[in-house]
Amino acid sequence: MPVKRKRNLSATIALLPTWFAAVVVFIGTMAWSIRLSFTNSTLFPSSTYVGFAQYSKLFASAKWLASLQNVLIFGVLYVSGCLVLGFLLAAALDRKIRLESAFRTIFLYPYAMSFVVTGLIWQWMLNPTLGIQASMRSLGWEGFVLDWVVNRDMAIYALVLAGVWQGAGLVMVIALAGIRGIEAEQWKAARIDGIPVWRIYVSIILPQLGPALAAAGMLLAMGVIKTYDIVVAMTNGGPGNATEVPAKFIMDNLFGRQNLGLATAGATVLVLGVIIAVAPFRYAMHMRNQAKGGA
Amino acid sequence: MNQPHPNGPKPARITAGRIGLYTFLVAAALFFLLPLYTMVVTSLKSMDEIRLGQIFALPATLDFSAWVTAWSGACMGTVCVGIRSGFWNSVAITVPAVAISVFIGAVNGYALSLWRPRGANALFGLLMAGGLIPYQIFLYPMVRGMANIGLYNSLAGIILVHVIFGLPLVTLLFRNYFVSVPEELCKAARVDGAGFWRIFFEIMLPIAVPMVVVVSMLQFTGIWNDFLLGLVFAGRDNLPMTVQLNNIVNTTMGERTYNVNMAATILTAIVPLAIYFLSGRWFVRGIAAGAVKG
Repeated sequence: MPVKRKRNLSATIALLPTWFAAVVVFIGTMAWSIRLSFTNSTLFPSSTYVGFAQYSKLFASAKWLASLQNVLIFGVLYVSGCLVLGFLLAAALDRKIRLESAFRTIFLYPYAMSFVVTGLIWQWMLNPTLGIQASMRSLGWEGFVLDWVVNRDMAIYALVLAGVWQGAGLVMVIALAGIRGIEAEQWKAARIDGIPVWRIYVSIILPQLGPALAAAGMLLAMGVIKTYDIVVAMTNGGPGNATEVPAKFIMDNLFGRQNLGLATAGATVLVLGVIIAVAPFRYAMHMRNQAKGGA
Repeated sequence: MNQPHPNGPKPARITAGRIGLYTFLVAAALFFLLPLYTMVVTSLKSMDEIRLGQIFALPATLDFSAWVTAWSGACMGTVCVGIRSGFWNSVAITVPAVAISVFIGAVNGYALSLWRPRGANALFGLLMAGGLIPYQIFLYPMVRGMANIGLYNSLAGIILVHVIFGLPLVTLLFRNYFVSVPEELCKAARVDGAGFWRIFFEIMLPIAVPMVVVVSMLQFTGIWNDFLLGLVFAGRDNLPMTVQLNNIVNTTMGERTYNVNMAATILTAIVPLAIYFLSGRWFVRGIAAGAVKG
């Protein structure tokens, strides 16, 4: 079938640049990075293999361990914070609210802003000498303390606060679209049975939003692993190592400290983390699609 | 039954539940608006006024000098030219990167869903995997590779990087869109003798205009808001606005000029905000499409 082959040829040619990007950029550079992580590369790549030495060095580094702990705390609180607040906002907006579109606009606009902008705004609000704390004290509340960005124990929660402010609107949009897609019949049935509204949201609506919320959660979680901009803008990893995150650790060692082997080892660990986190989810999706008998 | 039904008429009576609901919404709205309000009022104050430490107070007089300084005189380290150059750099990076990535994404989605050449599924799987993996693992080899072909620290280089890293999302969205286009349309055109590109330009691209708009908006805000790739690949002369903003705010020597910082922050956020406010409906649709199917 020469004609068919010719047609498929155009499609194949059209996909060549993407093949190039996928194979050379995505696979090739990743393989190169992983290879570097087993060498003693510092400023320049070296071909002296040192086995897992960079990995042992990595996990002996207090800064790396702190960054893992921080990203875990940030990730759990940020994702759950966005999901809970986003769902509550969506449920509230679903209740025949006046000015619904105005509220929706207000809740979503931060999502249009970059993490750099978000970090800088909240750095300013939480500035202890000039921000909210100073304002509350000047109003007569002398003991008011909101010094999260400069407090070692609280700085990570300052990042969570800014992150939830930026991301909750995304969950709200997705949840609201999901809620509006649920059949009215279920509402009628539940109301006739005299089930209170909040129970309907928790027991009937929430389970049906599961897939949509899971997708939103995934999206946010992917962002967590990449978390870099907001930290650089808001705290730059400080005070001490209180807000150090893996993505920043890797960047610092890659370009600042010229510690290529250690940085690529960190990046490899990060990729492994993503695979471990995503694999069960993709597998579940795959199985569900198989069960449905579709693609 | 004094609780309102979601599909029923608006409730006539004010109940405790309604009051609680509106209290929650208004409190949430205040939380979401407070930072924007604070930025705007801070940018209009003088430094003397800022030192009083009343972050929520309205400015005594409307003073736009901080905005002028932020635009054309703010310092990044020792260079004091304002954020203006970053603005134009961001435009020069974002516009071509969006146009190219949306075009390639549309072609990919069309080829993958309606032509399915050999290896289409493998390519799609690869792209999706690539989209999930943190950028950090790609960066160093990419820097070396770009340096070898002379594109490192260049405008073309940063545009290329954005196009490459945008491929997973744009391809996904267009593929999901074209999958829902009836295959008969494509087959009929083929019977009439139209080839791959003719079907694409004359039938599929016009059909996909709504998706083109949505994907362009998502890509535009994404690339405009990027920090990491611009920092690594753009080079000193092409630094996007986000990187310059961070340099202005976080590397300034001496006393920080918070009013200028906040004006610069607003200027950096204003383009994506304008897109969102002017076409929120499309923005929302794009987010929902990108998220639910991702």
